[in-house]
Amino acid sequence: MPTSWQAATIVAITDETARAKTFRLRLEDPTPHLAGQHYVIRLTAPDGYTASRSYSIASAPDPSGLSGDEREFTVERLDGGEVSTFLHEVAEPGDELEVRGPLGGWFVWDGTTPALLVGGGSGVVPLMSMLRLSRRSATTDLVRLVVSVRSPDDLLYASELPGPDVTVVHTRRGPAGAARPPGRLMAADLPPWRGGTAYVCGSAGFANAATDLLLAAGVPAAAIRVERFGPTG
Amino acid sequence: MAKFTRGFTGHGRGGDNRLPPGQYDTGGDWPVLTAEATPRISTDTWTFAIEGLVEQPVTWTWEEMQALPHATYEGAIHCVTTWSKFGMTFTGASVDALLDVARPRPEATHVLAFSHTGYTTNLPLADVTGDKAWVAWEVDGEPLAADHGGPARLLVPHLYFWKSAKWVAGLRLLDHDEPGFWEQNGYHDRGDPWLEQRYQGD
Repeated sequence: MPTSWQAATIVAITDETARAKTFRLRLEDPTPHLAGQHYVIRLTAPDGYTASRSYSIASAPDPSGLSGDEREFTVERLDGGEVSTFLHEVAEPGDELEVRGPLGGWFVWDGTTPALLVGGGSGVVPLMSMLRLSRRSATTDLVRLVVSVRSPDDLLYASELPGPDVTVVHTRRGPAGAARPPGRLMAADLPPWRGGTAYVCGSAGFANAATDLLLAAGVPAAAIRVERFGPTG
Repeated sequence: MAKFTRGFTGHGRGGDNRLPPGQYDTGGDWPVLTAEATPRISTDTWTFAIEGLVEQPVTWTWEEMQALPHATYEGAIHCVTTWSKFGMTFTGASVDALLDVARPRPEATHVLAFSHTGYTTNLPLADVTGDKAWVAWEVDGEPLAADHGGPARLLVPHLYFWKSAKWVAGLRLLDHDEPGFWEQNGYHDRGDPWLEQRYQGD
């Protein structure tokens, strides 16, 4: 069963931003995943108390660059977040966690149809799996990604993202010399709708604003898939 | 496999036996988790239907629903994404009162709740009868916001909250279990938080 708990060993931890780290985990029982799926990570205290949270898979289904049994998860540290602060402050390479997945059959992209991806902040994580899948398929040009962040310091995957298929929008402070003044995501930031599916991931406020823009741009409601996250720590 | 996680003691717990296993208290926050764009549904066009294996299929308008005796649920809700929220007060109509009008046929065993958005979720009939389920339009004295399923949502608080269909449009009574939206996507058919029935196979 892909949904039973299994052991996962932390292989590497890398800083993405001041508040986000990517954890590379080696799974005991790696099941292939679809871009957009997530795992639950569970921590257990010596007395049996557990805490678990869902984290999106950042790595592509095609494990190019990773071993076949490795998956990457990018975790933003939330103030007071029980699992995210543990992962940021205590966990080290070599530690073993329990994980369960891959999970989710809705917010997924199979790599064969046009996809417009709109992510706010760390909402870019499941979309990164989709972008990576797209870029590894040399014959296709199906994905457009729009990422909204407060400032350049908050951008995940900053060195990997730039390309003709990606637009970065800064809401508070842009990079020096940027043509677009900082501000909330606008209709003009969105690429033309080419059909297929729109995937929106971010906070509830961001997701609502982004879906309203997509609907106003004529994207059918049935073509919009949304993953909202709240303060789930 | 490690019996416990190195260095983890758990600061999120409060020795709180009100919390089902694997859940934490979200406190004042009420996270919003929805797979769809939030629809704006006017109470002018809102309806709620009971159909399928009933003696008398019924559709209520907003005004008709409001005219029913109001019922209140006070207590906790539990989301499968591991938060629970305590001390909530919902006001609406009891599903028992609605089924009394529609009169389920003896062969009815399950319901499929459906929403104005097309969302569906399945429940045993026994989980929406016996003062366990409501059509709720008010929370803590305020109209239910669209983000939380307003103008009205199903409320089945003893099960994980995805069973409490937002923007609910009705119940279809069936003589079998028919997986709904999340249930087709890997989530459990019943979803009892005390048994931690999160995913298919739990």
